[in-house]
Amino acid sequence: MNDRLWNVIVDSFPKLLEYGLKATIPLTILSFALALVIAVAVALIQYAQVKPLLPVCRFYIWLIRGTPLLVQLYVVFYVLPEIGILLDAFPVAVIVFGFNEGAYMAETIRGSLESVSVGQMEAGYCVGLNYMQTMAHIVLPQAFRTAFPALSNSLISMLKGTSLASTITVREMLTEAKIINGRVLETGGLYVEVAVIYLAFCTLLTWLQHVLERRLARHGGTVK
Amino acid sequence: MMLEAKNVHKRFNGAEVLRGIDLQVEKGDVVAILGPSGSGKTTFLRCLNFLERADEGELVFEGVHYPMATATRQQIAQLRKKTAFVFQNYNLFLNKTVLQNVTLGLTVAGKMKKAEAKEIAIAALTRVGMAGKLDSYPSQLSGGQQQRVAIARGLASSPDIIFFDEPTSALDPELIGEVLAIMRELAREGMTMLVVTHEMDFARNVSNRVMFMEGGRVIESGPSGQFFSAPKEERSREFIRTILRQE
Repeated sequence: MNDRLWNVIVDSFPKLLEYGLKATIPLTILSFALALVIAVAVALIQYAQVKPLLPVCRFYIWLIRGTPLLVQLYVVFYVLPEIGILLDAFPVAVIVFGFNEGAYMAETIRGSLESVSVGQMEAGYCVGLNYMQTMAHIVLPQAFRTAFPALSNSLISMLKGTSLASTITVREMLTEAKIINGRVLETGGLYVEVAVIYLAFCTLLTWLQHVLERRLARHGGTVK
Repeated sequence: MMLEAKNVHKRFNGAEVLRGIDLQVEKGDVVAILGPSGSGKTTFLRCLNFLERADEGELVFEGVHYPMATATRQQIAQLRKKTAFVFQNYNLFLNKTVLQNVTLGLTVAGKMKKAEAKEIAIAALTRVGMAGKLDSYPSQLSGGQQQRVAIARGLASSPDIIFFDEPTSALDPELIGEVLAIMRELAREGMTMLVVTHEMDFARNVSNRVMFMEGGRVIESGPSGQFFSAPKEERSREFIRTILRQE
């Protein structure tokens, strides 16, 4: 490795990390929170068979899963202003990432809800709980535990996916790498550096997942 | 009369599973519901607690009438407050500890204070010999222990009647005794119980009445002593012979 490349990497690192921490991470957290809210709502509507809303949910999942994420970003970013809605790139990215991953997570959560045995619900009724109480105290917590590994997957995939926001002018880690590269022209080195930072973030999340899974297992053991 | 069910009918996808079942239960009765598998006995029991919705029939419980096909959510909730149900597969709440399994109904449905619920739960768990496992999760217990906790969960709400749906069928043979012993003790204390079971010993020696079902109909019902010593119907005799041979 030559000195120039090394210097570029060392000099750019604080800047890249800064944008990772102040853009990539918040973008991921906000998008994931939105996705989770959407996913739980959509999954519950399907699980409880809320008839009038079922077609809406199916349409949403069909539309999102049937189109590429990058195209969804472009469509929302370029179409919204044309119909008079002016949003910054950052909120657009949160909305698109949230609605996109929400569709996949809805299916994860729906599957987990359906995997909770009917007997759990019936036992809830028999001790006097109503539908909402049984869902809140018994079914949802068990479904969440089942869904946890898959939801962790979604979070990790979303973290990396936020790099697509660079294509709609959001100033995040990859955008910053592109900007620095425009000045110093060390394409390979800079992008490897960015990859390593993403890898570090994801490693941290994976570790967190293991810790939380172990804790969940302690509270109730395996769900049969 | 504590409980009376009249003319209960139930169809599953066109197949008639219950063809007009009648049952009368007095306070303190322990009724064993017997019959070969597929006779409709479990379905009948589940209809009584509205876990299954009968297509026709009337339930009178402690003087209150419940139309079985059309009872409202409020009516069902009212009925369930005074009944408990013990499942074949225990159905303990898997995400709750033993103690939480018993208190959940009291605190959430009954709006009881936590401390008071805990006291009642510990008393109920003591009755079934499970007070030493308050913080265990169901997955850490044997089947017999789980079923005992399930019985305590039912007892905690001071029900007037307990429905048992084959409470020992999922248990290993060496664990059946501990559950039956508790049921025998409850019977001795005067608890009204409706027990779908294959345990002939229990039906003969603990229950005071037997209802024998087959093909969605009641073939014979009466005092258990009489049912076992002098069954009236040929089908009952055959059933008892088969069972005794297996034992």
